Amino acid sequence: MSETTSSLLPLAAVLVPAVAAALAALTTERWRNLRDVWATLAGALMTLIVVAMLADTLDGRIHQTTLVEIAPLMDVAPEVKLALRADPAGMIFGLLVSVLWVAAGVYAVGYMRGEHERKQTRFFAAFGLSISAAAGVALAENLLTFVVFYELLSLFTYPLVTHRETESAISAGRKYLAYTLSGGVLLIGGTAWIYALGIDGTFQAGGFLEGEGLSRATEWGLFALLAAGVGVKAGVMPLHSWLPSAMVAPTPVSALLHAVAVVKAGVFGMVRIGVFVFGAALLEDMGAWLLLAVLSAATLLIGSMLALRHDNLKRRLAYSTISHLSYITLGVALIGPLALVGALLHIVGHGATKITLFFVAGAIHVRTHKENVSELDGIGRQMPITMGAFAAASLSMVGIPPFVLFTSKLYLAWGAAEVGQQAFLVVYLLSGVLAAGYLFPVVFRAFWRSSPDHPRFGEADKRMVAPIAVTAALALLWGVAPDLPLGFLELALRVKDEAFPGVDVMTAGGAR
Amino acid sequence: MDQVPVFIPGAPLLLSIVVPLLGRAWRRSVFPVAALGVAVSALASALTLDRVLDGGPFRYWLGGWEPPVGIEYALDEVSAFVCVVVTSVSLLALISTRRWAEREAGDRPGVFYGLALLLIAGLTGIVVTGDLFNLFVFLEIASLSAYGLVFIGGRKAMVAGFRYLIIGSIGGTLYLLGVGFIYFATGTLSMAEARELLASTESPRAVQAGAAFIFAGLGLKMGLVPLHLWLPDAYEHAPSSVNSLIAPVMTKVAGYAMLRMTLSVFPPGYFTGVVPIADALLVLGLIGIVFGSVAAAAQSDLRRMLAYSSVSQLAFIAVGIGLGTPLALAAALLHVANHAAMKATLFLAAASIRLRVGLQRTHNLAGLGPRMPLTMGAFAVGAVAMVGIPPTAGFFSKWYMAQAGLDAERWIVVAVVLASSLLTAVYLFRALEQVYLRPAKPEPAAQHHDGEGDEEHAPPSAEPPVRGVVARAAEAPWDVWIPLALLAAATVALGVFNAAIMERVLLPGVTP
Repeated sequence: MSETTSSLLPLAAVLVPAVAAALAALTTERWRNLRDVWATLAGALMTLIVVAMLADTLDGRIHQTTLVEIAPLMDVAPEVKLALRADPAGMIFGLLVSVLWVAAGVYAVGYMRGEHERKQTRFFAAFGLSISAAAGVALAENLLTFVVFYELLSLFTYPLVTHRETESAISAGRKYLAYTLSGGVLLIGGTAWIYALGIDGTFQAGGFLEGEGLSRATEWGLFALLAAGVGVKAGVMPLHSWLPSAMVAPTPVSALLHAVAVVKAGVFGMVRIGVFVFGAALLEDMGAWLLLAVLSAATLLIGSMLALRHDNLKRRLAYSTISHLSYITLGVALIGPLALVGALLHIVGHGATKITLFFVAGAIHVRTHKENVSELDGIGRQMPITMGAFAAASLSMVGIPPFVLFTSKLYLAWGAAEVGQQAFLVVYLLSGVLAAGYLFPVVFRAFWRSSPDHPRFGEADKRMVAPIAVTAALALLWGVAPDLPLGFLELALRVKDEAFPGVDVMTAGGAR
Repeated sequence: MDQVPVFIPGAPLLLSIVVPLLGRAWRRSVFPVAALGVAVSALASALTLDRVLDGGPFRYWLGGWEPPVGIEYALDEVSAFVCVVVTSVSLLALISTRRWAEREAGDRPGVFYGLALLLIAGLTGIVVTGDLFNLFVFLEIASLSAYGLVFIGGRKAMVAGFRYLIIGSIGGTLYLLGVGFIYFATGTLSMAEARELLASTESPRAVQAGAAFIFAGLGLKMGLVPLHLWLPDAYEHAPSSVNSLIAPVMTKVAGYAMLRMTLSVFPPGYFTGVVPIADALLVLGLIGIVFGSVAAAAQSDLRRMLAYSSVSQLAFIAVGIGLGTPLALAAALLHVANHAAMKATLFLAAASIRLRVGLQRTHNLAGLGPRMPLTMGAFAVGAVAMVGIPPTAGFFSKWYMAQAGLDAERWIVVAVVLASSLLTAVYLFRALEQVYLRPAKPEPAAQHHDGEGDEEHAPPSAEPPVRGVVARAAEAPWDVWIPLALLAAATVALGVFNAAIMERVLLPGVTP
């Protein structure tokens, strides 16, 4: 069905952001205008590289870099290759990260200067390294390579979380490390176990653990370790509480990393573990899907409800993120073809939508130093483009057509019905209503209340407004045409075809 | 070429006599000559390793005298590899601490470098020798020179060094006692012959007791819990030029001697007999890993923290020996190399910090990161490697040890080994937090002399005034930081090339 070609492009996609980080570190504060260009240039280059692989991936020719073939002696471990591979699932995440990094790169310059942040060089260097690690997570060909980049992602994002160097930032950093490193330890334990059993950890659509003759206890042990390991970054309750704390980071970090790269690495890990390690048949046989589904459904609802009661805009968005991550985890747990397509599309759609919302929160803060929803009366008339984008993204979050999250939620809900789990269908619908409850009041205040401010504020720096407009437009574009221009739907369908061979989307599978 | 191995301990041993004499006549020549001696030893080790890898293990008879009259060197992958590690780390440590040695050795640099060379000769001798009694001789050579070096540190070092001397002598005596039992049972002191004879008989109880004495003695020298009490004081009060020489290699070589006993002297039956040596090592090792980390977290003195961290890391080696499978032994050996590189990096960084700011309490190091970027960068690399984040060296020894534990179905080993990285993260990230995230204490105001500063909180023995010291600090001179940077690079390289090291060097070396 698909063939593998040896290629340097996957490695290049991972190295480009790391090189950008090194260049940023070398140019330093003295040449700040040059330093701040690297991220955008590298984002564009990385996007080009990933897009260059896209056509081949869709044609079934998968680019793969195996490190030991180009650099003798550089293996991860005996018998395990460090390898990167542009398979359809990885491409979805890789494309998303690279495209949004361009926007976030521009935005970060405006934000960091607008807020007069210190140590910007360290910030941009760590940012680039984090993107590099996220790209590695996306393109990892096997479990151990995945673990390597997953751990690096925890490490490189730590300086970003603690960037402000205040007491609250430092304690948030401790919490962040405690959670992510513990998750990493569980993940490493599960991975070591798989390799110790003599199983090759190469990801395979449909899973590789089934038919290995493992005992049920071993399977459950592996599932607990691996799912809990990625569950930390995926914000599954009760492993979520680092995420709201990490909101002390500068907003570009919250926007790209804690709405896209880091948390999506967690849910993407769920996809890898659920679909590419265990596989649908085994998850169903074990009954593990139900545990994961119940946990994520609970997270989904509780996260939404917690979002309702937070006045601080970024915290509200953080809980909303927790809730929406569980849309994806639930989609994986339901192990139906349509739910999987919905989960993959939700990764993309939530990325574009949530990054817009965070961008707006940051723009408001830079311009007005306001952080709370209750202070935002009338701000829509002062910052019409910014708040217009916020309104658009809110519609998307709630799931109003024709925005992108409508499409993904449609697939998810349809997928839940397809496997006969109407209860989870109701959860999806209910959470949409809750999303309206925590986002529409913001829009209402912004546009329909009058502002107490004198003088009135205007729009933020155009380096911030432009990315906001672009990401909001993407949320709309990908809703109208998910395949334009990056083929997300086609990639998602390709993953589904490989994971559920022989199941046609249009004919619903049997109820479970 | 055949005579190359003799230079491994021979060059430093010979020069250790020459150097003190030379020091009287021409003081400035002492350091280059000493460094040359270690460099020759390192070169000879590398050539020997190369020869072993090409042609397999070989025996070398000193001066052509056949055993039992002459002394036999047993050179295989393991001993040659450990020699390379010991000599190259010592060389870099000697170069990097030259400025300290100038200060601390006062007007008799010849004595200092003579002892240092004698120490290295003893350590390499322990590694290469194939004779049980000869090992004792080298062990005592190394120990006696180490006591002497510790004594250079002044009054407090005298006390710590004296304790070290007493406990070390007990360790040596226990070892000798055990060797005596073996000699009476087998009539030989050659390791190879002893192994053959012991394998053919049914593990007599006397020899089992002898084995227990040997392991207890080496455990003392190695600082295995609960025999570690001498170690923190000795490391803390030893001169900076000395502890960065002793800490990375000395205890590791005692660990190596234990491995050598396991590999080449005692057949497996001796570890599970009347005295369950293997289980004892395993249990003490696991306790040591946890205890060392927890104790390290309780220290405020940087060097003392690193000393307790060494206790934990050495216990890790004991766990590998206790498990006893080839993979576990190879993992322990990899950890010997990894930890030598990591700990040397950290101790040399601590020495470099003391050189520049005269401080060693972690809470006083706030703000040092930007002032000494290279030193602290190396420290950060070492710390990350200690925590075990891939792809640095520390990750892989844990990875293999976890796999060995899984193979043996010793779940507790897996859990402790993996969780130890979290414990390590607690104290090392706390140090990094100080260094990078907290601001330097400002200069005291000109007329500010109420004495109510932060210095008040420090115990009376502590430190010179802190305020402003960090803010004025500059990067260490190049001859200090270049060896440091090389070691930091080595910790990454050891990780990146770990598969090659394991496959080509360590696994063949430990497989019978």
